[in-house]
Amino acid sequence: MAALMSNPAVQVAFWAFVKVMIILNGMLGVVSYLIYAERKICGHIQARTGPNRVGPFGLLQPIADVLKLLFKEEFIPANANKVIFHIAPILAVFPAVVTFSVIPLGPPPMFVATDINVGLLLFLAMSSLGVYAITLGGWASNNKYALLGGLRSSAQMISYELAMGLSTIPVLLRSGTLSLVGIVENQAGWYAIPGTPLALPNWGIFHWYLVVPFVIFLITAFAETNRAPFDLPEAEGELVAGFHTEYSSMKWALFFLGEYMNMIVISSIAVTLFFGGWHGPGLMFGTNGWLSEGPPWMGLVWYLVKLSALMFFFIWVRWTFPRLRYDQLMGFGWKVLLPAAIMNVLIAALWIFARGGM
Amino acid sequence: MLPVLFVAFAALLVVTSLMVVLHKNPVTSALFLVLAFCSLAGIYLLLRAEFLGMVQIVVYAGAIMVLFLFVIMYLNLQHDVETGLQIAVRRGIGWFVGALMLLTGAALLKRGWALGPANEVMPGAEQGNVAAIGRVLYSRYLFPFEITSILLLVAMVGVIMIARGRTGHPSVRMGPAAERGAAGGSA
Repeated sequence: MAALMSNPAVQVAFWAFVKVMIILNGMLGVVSYLIYAERKICGHIQARTGPNRVGPFGLLQPIADVLKLLFKEEFIPANANKVIFHIAPILAVFPAVVTFSVIPLGPPPMFVATDINVGLLLFLAMSSLGVYAITLGGWASNNKYALLGGLRSSAQMISYELAMGLSTIPVLLRSGTLSLVGIVENQAGWYAIPGTPLALPNWGIFHWYLVVPFVIFLITAFAETNRAPFDLPEAEGELVAGFHTEYSSMKWALFFLGEYMNMIVISSIAVTLFFGGWHGPGLMFGTNGWLSEGPPWMGLVWYLVKLSALMFFFIWVRWTFPRLRYDQLMGFGWKVLLPAAIMNVLIAALWIFARGGM
Repeated sequence: MLPVLFVAFAALLVVTSLMVVLHKNPVTSALFLVLAFCSLAGIYLLLRAEFLGMVQIVVYAGAIMVLFLFVIMYLNLQHDVETGLQIAVRRGIGWFVGALMLLTGAALLKRGWALGPANEVMPGAEQGNVAAIGRVLYSRYLFPFEITSILLLVAMVGVIMIARGRTGHPSVRMGPAAERGAAGGSA
């Protein structure tokens, strides 16, 4: 056993496995309480109290929900394509989990599962695979509403993926790397505002040429996760429940899980690209007089604080804005977001070139 | 570790590629093709071509195959039950080309060609091959690169023209029809 454990390959595999288990189980726990948070926030936005019966403040509500879903009877339509009908919910969860493996939760090496030098491309690749779950789920159900919901959603996700990919390019131009750890390390420290004694964190969002890409990224993030105001695939007034009309029990829960995991992943990517990832003022003053980086666990705390703020924003938007019409959605994606994203690549490239960057 | 992974990905690639050809249901065939692209991306990763592997998934599995799937679903193709002289000729050509490919592969292996890269040191290994590919693409192969983009633009304009002709409206509103046309052009 000792000889086996001293083998470096085995050690790498062992620690990778430990990290995978922590991330996977952590995600599941976070998702169930994210749903609780969503219901609570939604309740208070609508002047209700939200779930408050199961346990103190309704804190055990997610557990009750999951138990109910597990024991619910499963229904498979008679003319459904059985195999694909079973595969689709799995496909809804797997891209989100895979993407999470490259997101730095804190300073390396402790809080980073893997650091590959194409981390951002992995995120884009996995988000492009996310379309399959919804398309196949809608098609395999052999139901008109499900098919229409699936087709709408695929068209929406393909359209908004382009703008999302382009909105990340200015960040890459600034950092010069595709590795997510590299992108975060590039945002370390402070930069003094010219002409004032003040300084801002050196995060992406505080650089003027990254503000519009961030807005575009955020809008496309709503579209990619199929959340309001872009939740057309499941517009219940028109399409019953959209692509998951025929799904029940745990399979429906997997689609739900996938949506929330995607929310976490896409918010994490936004934190990584635009909000400096794990960077934030620590507890001590550094040599330059500004608050310096804290100990490693402070990095995890900062990451979680930023992530929670973005998640709250996601929920807030969902219960505030009405849904877009389908042609408005397509027109906005192709005629506004895409040209704006391309213009931003050009502007950022010229600015960085003019300053002799890279 | 690496040979094991290579054999796993290669076996998956062979099996899924065979299933693409042999399966009767077009949607299932298309899904096996997606799996084949993903295993090919895995082999690219083992060859330390990370950029190529990821772009393989983004472009082929994520974009082109989704559109293929769209078309297959819209057309509602049923099981492949064609018979007659036409299908016999088509199968004959298939067997002939397949045998030719097999012979070529065997010849390549016999000459000791397909046994891996000649030098172990990857170009641009220390900074990742994204920068290396970008540098070569925008210097040495700039002209082919630009020509390809013009080709795609021409295809896109052509598709939009065809879509306009069908609907008969001078200005096509953005909807599923226009969307399919534009996306088909980039594929």
